Amino acid sequence: MIGFKTLFYKEVLRFWKVGTQTVAAPILTALLYLLIFSHVLESHVRVYGSVAYTAFLIPGLVMMSVLQNAFANSSSSLIQSKVTGNIIFVLLPPISYREFFAAYVMASIVRGLVVGVGVLVATFWFTPMGFDNPLWIIAFAVIGGGVLGSLGVIAGIWADKFDQLAAFQNFLIMPLTFLSGVFYSVHSLPPFWQQVSRFNPVFYLIDGFRYGFFGVSDVSPWQSLAVACACLAVLTMLTLALLKRGYKLRS
Amino acid sequence: MAIAISVRQVAKRYGAVEALAGVDLTVQQGEFFGLLGPNGAGKTTLISALAGLVRPDRGHIEVMGCDVVDDYRNARRLLGVVPQELVFDPFFTVRETLRIQSGYYGIGANEDWIEEILANLDLLGKADTNMRALSGGMKRRVLVAQALVHRPPVIVLDEPTAGVDVELRRTLWQFIRRLNRDGHTIVLTTHYLEEAESLCGRIAMLRGGRVVALDSTANLLRRFSSHVLKFRLGPGPGLPAELLRRATQNEGAWSLIFDGCGDIESVLAQLRQAGCEVEDLEVGKPELEEVFIRVMRDAAEAAPQP
Repeated sequence: MIGFKTLFYKEVLRFWKVGTQTVAAPILTALLYLLIFSHVLESHVRVYGSVAYTAFLIPGLVMMSVLQNAFANSSSSLIQSKVTGNIIFVLLPPISYREFFAAYVMASIVRGLVVGVGVLVATFWFTPMGFDNPLWIIAFAVIGGGVLGSLGVIAGIWADKFDQLAAFQNFLIMPLTFLSGVFYSVHSLPPFWQQVSRFNPVFYLIDGFRYGFFGVSDVSPWQSLAVACACLAVLTMLTLALLKRGYKLRS
Repeated sequence: MAIAISVRQVAKRYGAVEALAGVDLTVQQGEFFGLLGPNGAGKTTLISALAGLVRPDRGHIEVMGCDVVDDYRNARRLLGVVPQELVFDPFFTVRETLRIQSGYYGIGANEDWIEEILANLDLLGKADTNMRALSGGMKRRVLVAQALVHRPPVIVLDEPTAGVDVELRRTLWQFIRRLNRDGHTIVLTTHYLEEAESLCGRIAMLRGGRVVALDSTANLLRRFSSHVLKFRLGPGPGLPAELLRRATQNEGAWSLIFDGCGDIESVLAQLRQAGCEVEDLEVGKPELEEVFIRVMRDAAEAAPQP
């Protein structure tokens, strides 16, 4: 247990020590999105009939920050350790692959939550927010962080170079998060794109998370929860299988 | 004596390259063991397999009786590895690095021992400095300290003195020698053969993933190297015929291989009888470097041609 705790602590300490880059910067980015989009769209768009656009956008931006930062934490930590070679310090000790997985993913969730809370606090004075059902908010933030944290472990282990990781991020994570309904309700889309959106697992993470704020969502929160849990289960199993094999870590 | 490391029939192949081709080795507890070989001989692969970083295709490795695959938790607790590459985690200070490394081995409170290692490796002044700000030599010391945080009975050093200045090399060896005297088993790979000769009680030489020589340092020196008598001749008669057969000449200096000290007298007597005038007489001791070169040459000749 101490081995796992130490690795978890080290991973949290790692991002905390470079907090300007890992926490402050993503909060600022989310704020910029909010300023621009709410300025352009606030007076034109209402969502779910009654929700003002700024209020609608904030939970989306919070969740997007949670997801992107959870991914960034495990993936960048692993690729850095691999490229510099200090991954050996984690591979030499008697740490099991399960502990390894848990430590990296949980630290990713923590980073996601820290940034998410930061975005929420920073955007608080823009518009009054309801917290209709906080349990849904917490559940989706934690599960979403876990999903992207696992994906980050896979990407970090798979990538041999920084540009491969950047490709993973730019061509998979970014489109999935941007086209998930962060900035719009999928009901505003043409029917075809509504259908496409439903194949994007991130859509359910955002939608369920938003349900916690407004008590309204594009699909049932239970359906979103089921998809989120299924994604987490599949990715957890996949990541554990790779780690057990020592894929790209133990030749 | 209990066995510290047991390597049985270990093989590892990377594509077409046979990194290890069935290595057998046993290191007893308390030994100072040398692992020598040219680049690409398989030394680092063998150490990596021992440390669980590389999974052998076949064969078994045990550290103090614990299999490094099946019982990896115990095997890794018993082993401390100083890696060859000068790696470090740039996010942390020296002390943080050592605390974290202790935690990885399941040790929560380790302050006293960390202080002791820091003092022994002359790192106390740098304890709260970030790893990035350390010189290469200092980083090397931290690597040694990291390998020792969990007090492993078996310590492996993979070329610990590559690119290290003379002063640090000396303090490092003093420290490692003390660990060995205190009962730690030390396995060392190095390119500095004089280092291996003065430190290691027993030596294995690897070439092409095979053990090509394995014996005590003294035996290796006796078997493969010999004393050499070097001298120049003044004006007068040349080398007598019976000595000429045994001698080689290089830039006017003669080298004559002899077996034991008793042999010197007869050589000198022969020279005197022939009326030779001997100048610059010098007796060369056997050297591990010569052993190494001969073993590698013999192994190359014996190796099957591709």
